Amino acid sequence: MPGRLKAKIVAGRHLPVMDRASDLTDAFVEVKFGNTTFKTDVYPKSLNPQWNSEWFKFEVDDEDLQDEPLQITVLDHDTYSANDAIGKVYIDIDPLLCSEAATVISGWLPIYDTIHGIRGEINVLVKVDLFNDLNRFRQSSCGVKFFCTTSIPRCYRAIMVHGFVEELVVNEDPEYQWIDRIRTPRASNEARQRLIFLMSGELQRKIGLKVLEMGGNAVVGYLQCFDLEGESGLVVRAIGTACTLEKISTFPATATHPNNSSPSKDMKDSPQAAPSTLGCRSTHSSPVHSASSRLSQGFSISVPTLLFSGMGSGGSAGKEAGPLKALLKQQTQSALEQREYPFFTLTIFPPGFLLHVGGVVSARSVKLLDRIHNPDEPETRDAWWEEIRQEIKSHAKALGCHAVVGYSESTSICEEVCILSASGTAAILSSRFMQDGPLDTEHRLSQQPLCVFSAGSERVEGDMGSSASLGFEEVVSPGCGFCHIPYDELNIPFPAQLTYCYCCRRYKVPDVLFTTIDLPTEANVTGKGCLIQARLCRTKKKAQGEGNAMAISNLLPFLEYELHTQLMNKLKLRGMNALFGLRIQISVGETMLLGLASATGVYLTALPSPGGIQIAGKTPSDITYEQHISNMQKKINDTITKNKEQYEINPPEVVEEIIGSPIPEPRQRSRLFRSHSESSDEVSEIDLSHGKKDAFVLEIDDTDAVEDIHALLTDSPTPAGFYSCNTEIMPGIQNWTSAIQMFTSVRVFRLNANLTNQGLNKIFSDLCENLLKSLYFKLRSMVPCCLCHLNFTVAIPEDELIQVAVTAVAMSFDKEQTLENGKRSGEKTLIKAITENDEQLQFNLELNAESSSPNPLGSPKGLSEVGSHPSARDRCSSWIEQLKLKAHTIRRGSVKTTSSMEKASPLPEGRSRSLRSNRSYSGSSVAVVKMTPLSFIPGAKIIKYLGIINMFFIRETSSLREEGGVSGFLHTFIAEVFAMVRAHVAALGGNAVVSYSMKECVFMENPNKNQAQCLINVSGDAVIFVRESELELTSVQPQSATTQTSNGGEGT
Amino acid sequence: MSMELDVFVGNTTVLDQDVYQLWLDGHTVSDAVRIRMEAGALQECEANAEVLHSDTTDQFRTFQMCERLLQSPSKVANQLLFQIPPHRQTMLIERYYEFDSVFAREVLGKKLSKGTKKDLDDISSKTGIALKSCRRQFDNFKRVFKVVEELKGPLVENIQRHFLLSDVLARDYAAIVFFANSRFEAGKRKLQYLSFQDFAFCAGQLISYWTVGAVDNMMEDLDVDLEKDFLHDLKDLKVLVNDKDMLDQHKSLVCAQLRGKIKVFSEMEANFKNLSRALVNIASKLTHTKDFRDLFIDLVEKLIEPCRSDKWTIGDLRLFLKHYSSSVHMLEAFRHQVIWDRYMSVIKSCILKMYHD
Repeated sequence: MPGRLKAKIVAGRHLPVMDRASDLTDAFVEVKFGNTTFKTDVYPKSLNPQWNSEWFKFEVDDEDLQDEPLQITVLDHDTYSANDAIGKVYIDIDPLLCSEAATVISGWLPIYDTIHGIRGEINVLVKVDLFNDLNRFRQSSCGVKFFCTTSIPRCYRAIMVHGFVEELVVNEDPEYQWIDRIRTPRASNEARQRLIFLMSGELQRKIGLKVLEMGGNAVVGYLQCFDLEGESGLVVRAIGTACTLEKISTFPATATHPNNSSPSKDMKDSPQAAPSTLGCRSTHSSPVHSASSRLSQGFSISVPTLLFSGMGSGGSAGKEAGPLKALLKQQTQSALEQREYPFFTLTIFPPGFLLHVGGVVSARSVKLLDRIHNPDEPETRDAWWEEIRQEIKSHAKALGCHAVVGYSESTSICEEVCILSASGTAAILSSRFMQDGPLDTEHRLSQQPLCVFSAGSERVEGDMGSSASLGFEEVVSPGCGFCHIPYDELNIPFPAQLTYCYCCRRYKVPDVLFTTIDLPTEANVTGKGCLIQARLCRTKKKAQGEGNAMAISNLLPFLEYELHTQLMNKLKLRGMNALFGLRIQISVGETMLLGLASATGVYLTALPSPGGIQIAGKTPSDITYEQHISNMQKKINDTITKNKEQYEINPPEVVEEIIGSPIPEPRQRSRLFRSHSESSDEVSEIDLSHGKKDAFVLEIDDTDAVEDIHALLTDSPTPAGFYSCNTEIMPGIQNWTSAIQMFTSVRVFRLNANLTNQGLNKIFSDLCENLLKSLYFKLRSMVPCCLCHLNFTVAIPEDELIQVAVTAVAMSFDKEQTLENGKRSGEKTLIKAITENDEQLQFNLELNAESSSPNPLGSPKGLSEVGSHPSARDRCSSWIEQLKLKAHTIRRGSVKTTSSMEKASPLPEGRSRSLRSNRSYSGSSVAVVKMTPLSFIPGAKIIKYLGIINMFFIRETSSLREEGGVSGFLHTFIAEVFAMVRAHVAALGGNAVVSYSMKECVFMENPNKNQAQCLINVSGDAVIFVRESELELTSVQPQSATTQTSNGGEGT
Repeated sequence: MSMELDVFVGNTTVLDQDVYQLWLDGHTVSDAVRIRMEAGALQECEANAEVLHSDTTDQFRTFQMCERLLQSPSKVANQLLFQIPPHRQTMLIERYYEFDSVFAREVLGKKLSKGTKKDLDDISSKTGIALKSCRRQFDNFKRVFKVVEELKGPLVENIQRHFLLSDVLARDYAAIVFFANSRFEAGKRKLQYLSFQDFAFCAGQLISYWTVGAVDNMMEDLDVDLEKDFLHDLKDLKVLVNDKDMLDQHKSLVCAQLRGKIKVFSEMEANFKNLSRALVNIASKLTHTKDFRDLFIDLVEKLIEPCRSDKWTIGDLRLFLKHYSSSVHMLEAFRHQVIWDRYMSVIKSCILKMYHD
């Protein structure tokens, strides 16, 4: 009996009128946990009942505590007929199971009904007494902390990063059970809500067990999703990064980093020559389609693995192409590889963790769903994901990287077809946070990492057993280290143009970098960044079963290729050379495929200046045609110039000042590029530049390219005073004010039938553009302001409908540039100081390791057809062109500190205690709860994480018109979801939710029947924050400061 | 092809005050968009008509969702659905309860029942205020009336406490409630020249000095009812006009004070008895409901109109009333000084407020 759950029902308010005769309600409450139910007395004739119940006690296993929610049902007592339900509250007990999180849940929680929405509030008190569990074979994992935040949480320090954890559970969807035909919609919705609560709990518990097995105590970057597979069932799956965290009790700015228990064992292996394209690398297996094989000549593109679940044994065969496999075998295994998946869901890293970035790796696969026969053995789904992960792993390897960071998984389901996608960023990580893992001795001996320190305090890592040597510098300059290529320059895994780093001049960098991670704070960036989106629609024929799956997988490579083309074009148009936070979402419908790629473009100082965009015509003889081309060229050049101004991109002079490093010859070259790109209309120059790949050539001999150019030029610039990005932070903006506004916006657009691809594209692109414009307009009062973490989700809810949902946060900042600069430089020096500290520490450690010089060895194996298609004139070749450019993926420097991290010095324990005890102080008026998709709150310190918020709601109506139509219905529902999240956070004692996300928003309507249904899944981390300004007062008057915080008077 | 659904929800509810006003004024979305475009909204943030339309629709929907709460303002502060900073809450409530005085003037003194609501169409076309806005204003009057009707204690404070309104607005509502409760005649043609503010001022005077709450603020009943004892006592004032000696003495005292000080002295002297009789008769008849309701029309017909036809200036009238009421203190035979003062101070300020074109 390892736990006692206690609940007390205090009061209700704003209850709905249940008895029309008296305009009052006779309410009572049922409190249910597991199979035990308690009831309060009936409080007659009141809309504000005061139950003041006794403590209801449930004695339960901690396993149940983790799985089950506490279910509170408010009912109206009826003497003659059945009692009417008013609504329910589900309370997740999990935050109470961890000693470091919340200790009590107390406050007003909205009473929710799936048909009527929020119907009043109930005041409850919930506590848990946990007993020590002596059972070593326990099935529970109480005490493991979960964080949605994809970085090390602000008041913790990572002792160890253990690695990837994943789990999935499946069940039948209650909505599709036979019983659903005879029960009410309410009963069905509640069954679903409850089931998902249970499944989430179970999933979290199981992941927790894995973490404990690995020796960790927390999961960061916890990402839970559910797949509504319809007839075939309901899948809830989660991934995360297991860590050992330690609460920081001292000032963190100078905190030394924990020594790693063992010297690093893991190195990258040799880059393999297997084909890869940055951004889209994947192998293909069984049916190989003609189109894709043509495209994949020379290097692989993202041809989805196509396996039919009906065929074979789950289809784990044929994951890798033959040569790849052979190569893999030759390669020695490093410790990281010994882990099943060297994946990390983190996007922001502790200083010194991320060394180099290789590029984006992604894999997709199309599956046919069939019924999950045995929910207890979700093997099919497991096997599917395993395949994809294997693919990702091998792509990373091909990029010379041993790890994948910023890793995420997603699905898109339409009828019985399901696209599974995974993506991440191949990277080399420092071993310092990593545990030895299951590495056996033998292995270790042969795989000893080599560390060589050269005079300049740089470390070169090599891998003895591998055939390639990679010259890695670490921390030469924290701002550029991560850009240096992880792969062997003589054996580039894909066509790429390498130059010497523009910061340190020592190491090679690619000319363009794509990543899925956040911009490292220490990165040297010129100017500001901006949101870049590629949008694409492709029609497809209606089909069934395998034919449909085949059609989709045939389309996917083209879709992905074109998205990349668009991204690259748009990046160049803005005069930038790197993408961060890249997220490509492909959504499948019955008659179309939708692709949306979002990323934040920046100009990395370390990378070469991007060339311009040159337009080439196929038949230069025609004069008017040439005129047309040169006009377009001029437009493009003008736009580039304008963009450079807007985003303050003026390299490389600025670079010199900041870095102060000697600039050798490449500078000349960059000048050349610039002048080149600015000189307009010289079509004749194309050939020159083309070969050298200074400029990116667009050919307009086919309609698609014309379309591309139009798409390029129709993106309207962000209005004055606004910036936008989909990452956590915006380079060049530091001085945030405390004004933040999180929002969700959803649009559904109805299409006409029979649209062409172009028509569709235009509509989809306009839809996104207009949505952005509306956001800017709505938030104009916050100018100057930046929309951060703009997260777009697209869906095709039914034929001819496109749904776009955005969640983001608008944050105001002070314009004062001087202030900003001062602050920034200050931060930079701080980072540097830390870096040095770290370095010294690490040297000491690693000197123990047996060190030897890296073996420089360029294995020329692999398909190095770099530059072999420079003059190609077909789509394929221009794609190649793209890929070459793209191929340069980012790698990241070793030092990683976010600015807010520095600020976030934790409070002494006493402070947080006083805060908690003070909580009830906030009294009757509703406490302000901030919400943000970011992991921090500007101008404030997070002093405590209270637990994960993971909520799932269904709302249904059969009086759609009366509720204001679909917009009115959804508006209310989203507002209700926000309200419930805020209320639960407040009840935990928190005043903010960080890393908030709306992971699912499934909307279905049937206007003819006046009905609609919507499912929303949200998650985030409940925290307590304290304003920095108040922190200074705290030692004197901790109490008053606390009250202010929880009441949060400021207007956000 | 059309936008099927378009919503924007902020963690802090986004509210545009200008759009709120357009909504309160009862405009349709397309009207509001046009007005905003004319006001130059397109210059902001490179917006276009589509953006503006989407924003307006969204804001209107938000206000509509808030409306239920605004109807019981005390809930706004502790509801959970919308996170609105306190100063914005105050703004929302205050603006929601603000009304057009032209509209209020039309409704003044009428029964706040459903029957009157049918007249809203007429009022709307007469005043040019959108019907929707008329509905809101009328419903607000009705709601406030219904709530305070059953409450004890001072009227203005009750309104403030239950509807969280500013002092100024609460006083205006008190006047409306007072008029609706007492059913004063305010619609007659002769009274048309009086504005809502005139009546509100008079109502304020009456509430402050003549009602139950004015003497004892812990009474059982609605304190907008006039104090019965006081009204009864007013009958005693008749002696001022019925006793010939006293009337003459009063007249000579007033004349002595005013001689040479007002331009209309001779007219005053000639009319003194009529004026005095009018004032005292009004007082003595206030116990009758009918006469009480006609208070304002009586004041206009019996006092204001005669004075106006004799071309009294407001200064003349002020001086006259001042000395008319103070001279009574010198009448040794008169024993009802307290009642007299309580009556005259209110009547004096009402008349002065009402004495204009």
